[in-house]
Amino acid sequence: MSAQTSGLAIETAGLVKTFGETRAVDGVDLAVPAGTVYGVLGPNGAGKTTTVKMLATLLRPDGGEAHVFGHDVVREADEVRGRVSLTGQYASVDEDLTGTENLVLLGRLLGHGKRAARLRSEQLLEAFGLSEAAGKQVKHYSGGMRRRIDIAASILNTPDLLFLDEPTTGLDPRSRNQVWDIVRAVVTQGTTVLLTTQYLDEADQLASRIAVIDRGKVIAEGTKGELKASVGAGSVHLRLRDAAQRAQAEEILRLALDAEVQREPDPVALTARVGGGSVNGQGAAEAAARALAELARVGVVVDNFALGQPSLDEVFLALTGHDTKAHDSRHVEKKDEAAV
Amino acid sequence: MSTATSTDSKELAPVSAESLAALLIAKERPPRPSALSASLTFGWRAILKIKHVPEQLFDVTAFPIMMVLMYTYLFGGALAGSPEEYIQFLLPGILVMSVVMITMYTGVSVNADIEKGVFDRFRSLPIWRPATMVGYLLGDALRYAIASVVMLTVGLILGYRPDGGVMGVVAGIALLIVFSFAFSWIWTMFGLMLRTEKSVMGVSMMVIFPLTFLSNVFVDPSTMPGWLQAFVNNSPITHLASAVRELMAGEWPTAEIAWSLGWSGLFVLVFGPVTMRLYNRK
Repeated sequence: MSAQTSGLAIETAGLVKTFGETRAVDGVDLAVPAGTVYGVLGPNGAGKTTTVKMLATLLRPDGGEAHVFGHDVVREADEVRGRVSLTGQYASVDEDLTGTENLVLLGRLLGHGKRAARLRSEQLLEAFGLSEAAGKQVKHYSGGMRRRIDIAASILNTPDLLFLDEPTTGLDPRSRNQVWDIVRAVVTQGTTVLLTTQYLDEADQLASRIAVIDRGKVIAEGTKGELKASVGAGSVHLRLRDAAQRAQAEEILRLALDAEVQREPDPVALTARVGGGSVNGQGAAEAAARALAELARVGVVVDNFALGQPSLDEVFLALTGHDTKAHDSRHVEKKDEAAV
Repeated sequence: MSTATSTDSKELAPVSAESLAALLIAKERPPRPSALSASLTFGWRAILKIKHVPEQLFDVTAFPIMMVLMYTYLFGGALAGSPEEYIQFLLPGILVMSVVMITMYTGVSVNADIEKGVFDRFRSLPIWRPATMVGYLLGDALRYAIASVVMLTVGLILGYRPDGGVMGVVAGIALLIVFSFAFSWIWTMFGLMLRTEKSVMGVSMMVIFPLTFLSNVFVDPSTMPGWLQAFVNNSPITHLASAVRELMAGEWPTAEIAWSLGWSGLFVLVFGPVTMRLYNRK
């Protein structure tokens, strides 16, 4: 039961895991409040999955301590297992069995009687829109369906803590959004979710607090707002009609915003970071509007103009000094920009 | 963002947030299943896999038939005068040999499974830890029973006439299955220890071939050189083959049964804990 809503779902101190010479997890401290979605953000190989595996009692830590709802993950592993569920990077269901068989199997293993297990599987398959595929072997499921059956398997018994290890890796945008909706529904019922992801917008969409992890260490932790504030107020994105006008536009922007302007790889795009405080005595939006008016006055045709909060890509770049692999076209497509 | 995956997800019915919420409200958890119930559930999983991939019964049907036919006609004339004579001696032995040989597939299937995510889920469940492994072995016990029945049927057709009748035959097969169940813990250990299916297969062959051939399955060991007799007479396979042979012939070979069960106990006691240690560490 989530009696400890005021308490911590996860608490780790100096957690270490080494594989030979590599320190995959190198002294991780986490404090995850119960009843929230906590994002662990980092590139491939940062130590996210290893951390989750230790917390889910699948790997034994080489150093430090970890408690889940107050239970030590090594000494009281069985207590911990009774309260958590894990959805791994790859579908953690039996591909040779059908959707129904998988859920009934796990239901039985969780102590449900035959009828109760069957009933619960039917209800879950129904809720997850998988009724039609219930009798098909999971190996014939699409990526989105696998994720659903996988999450369904994790909530056969409503867990107090759900580990979602990169739940949307490899999914198309539509399936990804559907997984997000499921996560939101799960957390509404009081389950704590620890979400690992290398997609920065995913942490942004779902998590209330985020730990940024790189090379086995937590390099920043806080609410989304705190993390973003440490980088700046936001960015102005600009697309011109004519690449030949870029130099001119760049100069106007630089003066109007009093900020450094970056040329994007796209020859008609420009980006400017806007500082946290006022710009030339005005708010960031106001300064941006003024810059836009100035561009129109001198005849630079602007096709698209957006002022957005800094993306977590930018946060990551600012914190680590190196880029994430996920830093790709997603950045340009970010949806949380407020068009001006 | 390939078109294939987007059409795929378009066909999917939407997730129903309301029914999901209703399901999540239920917070009560049933009591944990007993060790037996959890093991049987995993055994059920093994049977479901046979149902979906019936080809995997090939090794417990075609392979044993081949073994009986091959050795009966290959050695029968030379060793016992005629295949009909020889099969009286050979059948219980070849039964032991074939079933012990097919136990090695346990290791292969364990190894194939740990590569998949489902293993992590099983390990994160609050259940009796060895249940997963015991489940594999229970499923395999069913395969051993199928193989035994198949071989016995072929044997009866070829002229095998057990003096022990139904009771003797059933007792023999039961002893064989108990031994194979215990012996399989070697394979669960290798399945967890070795990295690839191929290496599991390779190591299994290295163990199983000398162990099964260097026994009294085919011939009476008294013609072998002394050093080989010393090995053969003390091999668990020899004890088991003698016990099964005599049970099926209507005798009650107390010493050989005791040796077979003793070896079985030893296998479980040694390889069971090693398997579980590897399982917990994986």
